[in-house]
Amino acid sequence: MTATTAAPAIPRRVGPGATVRQTMTLAWRSLVQIKHNPWELLDLSIQPIMFLLLFTYVFGGAISGSTGDYLQFALPGVLVQNALFYTLSTAIGLNTDITKGVFDRLRSLPIARTAPLSGRIIADTFKQVWAFALLVGFGMVLGFRVTTSVMGLLGALALLVVVALAMSWMSVLIGLKASSPEKVQMIAFSTMMPLTFTSSALVDPKTFPSWLQTWADLNPVTYLADAIRGLMIGGEVAQPALVSLVWAAGFVVVFAPLAIRVFRARG
Amino acid sequence: MEKTTAVRILATLLAPDSGRATVGGFDVAREAHQVRSLIGLTGQYAAVDEMLTGVENLLMIGRLLGLSRGDAKARAGELLERFGLSDAGGRAAKTYSGGMRRRLDLAASLVGRPQVLFLDEPTTGLDPRSRTDLWGVVRGLMADGVTVLLTTQYLEEADQLADDIVVFDHGRVIASGTSDELKATTGAQVLEVRPLDEANLELVAKVVGDVVEAPPESSGGRVVASVSDPEVVPRVVRRLDELGVVASELTLRKSSLDEVFLALTGHRAEDGTTGDDDEEAAA
Repeated sequence: MTATTAAPAIPRRVGPGATVRQTMTLAWRSLVQIKHNPWELLDLSIQPIMFLLLFTYVFGGAISGSTGDYLQFALPGVLVQNALFYTLSTAIGLNTDITKGVFDRLRSLPIARTAPLSGRIIADTFKQVWAFALLVGFGMVLGFRVTTSVMGLLGALALLVVVALAMSWMSVLIGLKASSPEKVQMIAFSTMMPLTFTSSALVDPKTFPSWLQTWADLNPVTYLADAIRGLMIGGEVAQPALVSLVWAAGFVVVFAPLAIRVFRARG
Repeated sequence: MEKTTAVRILATLLAPDSGRATVGGFDVAREAHQVRSLIGLTGQYAAVDEMLTGVENLLMIGRLLGLSRGDAKARAGELLERFGLSDAGGRAAKTYSGGMRRRLDLAASLVGRPQVLFLDEPTTGLDPRSRTDLWGVVRGLMADGVTVLLTTQYLEEADQLADDIVVFDHGRVIASGTSDELKATTGAQVLEVRPLDEANLELVAKVVGDVVEAPPESSGGRVVASVSDPEVVPRVVRRLDELGVVASELTLRKSSLDEVFLALTGHRAEDGTTGDDDEEAAA
């Protein structure tokens, strides 16, 4: 065949520099979509904003005595809820690529095997930061105040991003396994909704019936919400943050190998 | 289905259960990266990112293949021009028609100037004009020296485009060779006779049946019979003349690939595969 003459010029694998460049190209690809579909971010943000508004003005007075007090309590929880929902956008994006054939196109290119995955995760991390800024900004317009410090705020963001990254492994697994993007959305809704509601994210669990309190004390979302709240408006940080990170590590240990195995089996 | 599996294995998307295959001298399993450097792939459905514009789709591929920003942009412009998508280049691909998406998909597979191009049923679901356009593109690529492996369920398409044809039936290769070789395998030609007066159809069928010594098919106002001896033509003509039957159409032609397929398998083609040029596949 004529092709064999060109063989020596073809590298055997992708170098580290090229891997980084390919990852960034694919991250760019996920982010540039926002330009054409600016609502994509809002799709995922409108729900927390709606919750924030409804909870603050409908239930806030009843729950905390005043809407202002409730906003101060609930905003960190809404941030957590949103970040957890948002990890599923990795699954939705990945699954869309698979069902549309884009994934196969990428895998048929001489690029690093990890680039499609890492590019997407980097882009989704950017989106997490964006959504965080959006919600905090919106909350401040409504009267929310960070009472700790800028470091506290940045710490909250960092903790959320780290936990979200750990959760993305589960998201990757769902994205690779689900039959359609709609299924992913359904899975997201039916797991994240009860998980976040039965935690300390939106309401103090002390008002729960005792069996639900027992669950809320086990629920990792409770620890994450407590830690974020502590970082933003004061309160205990070290213990809930530590438990959150242990949970995150557990997620990585369980889901990363599973996701990587399924990913490999696909290519 | 088996055609797609074969293409997926050759494009390194699927590991073969057993056996081996090489593309351009590289093993698809052990030297997958090198194989990927040589190939382009266009699947059955248009694998373009619908959220990106036409330009951005091609830009992404160019950048992934290591082109500089400027080169990637130039290559994107060149390909959009070639596929008549220059005007639509700035629009998100989700606004494209099916034919436009297919063209963008094909353009995406050509960004890296592949030596071997896999086209998996590229014309399935296309309207006749888009199909003819695509045939033109494939011929152009072959003229440029690109090896094209095209799968299709339309044997006529194989006949039109392919140098080498491999016919699959239910996952097994049942014949391979050039179009003429395949047509010669059955040794048969096709005789078609259409009487001017359709009332004579039965009579013509009887005459043809007697001469060919096999019952012919008659449908659509004409009689069709498979013949292996060209001698039968003058005999049929003489008999019809004696009976005073006038034929408005009387032809002897090579079997079509569909008829070859029928002769080889005993059923109509629902799955055929064609390979072009000198692709080697040992699976």
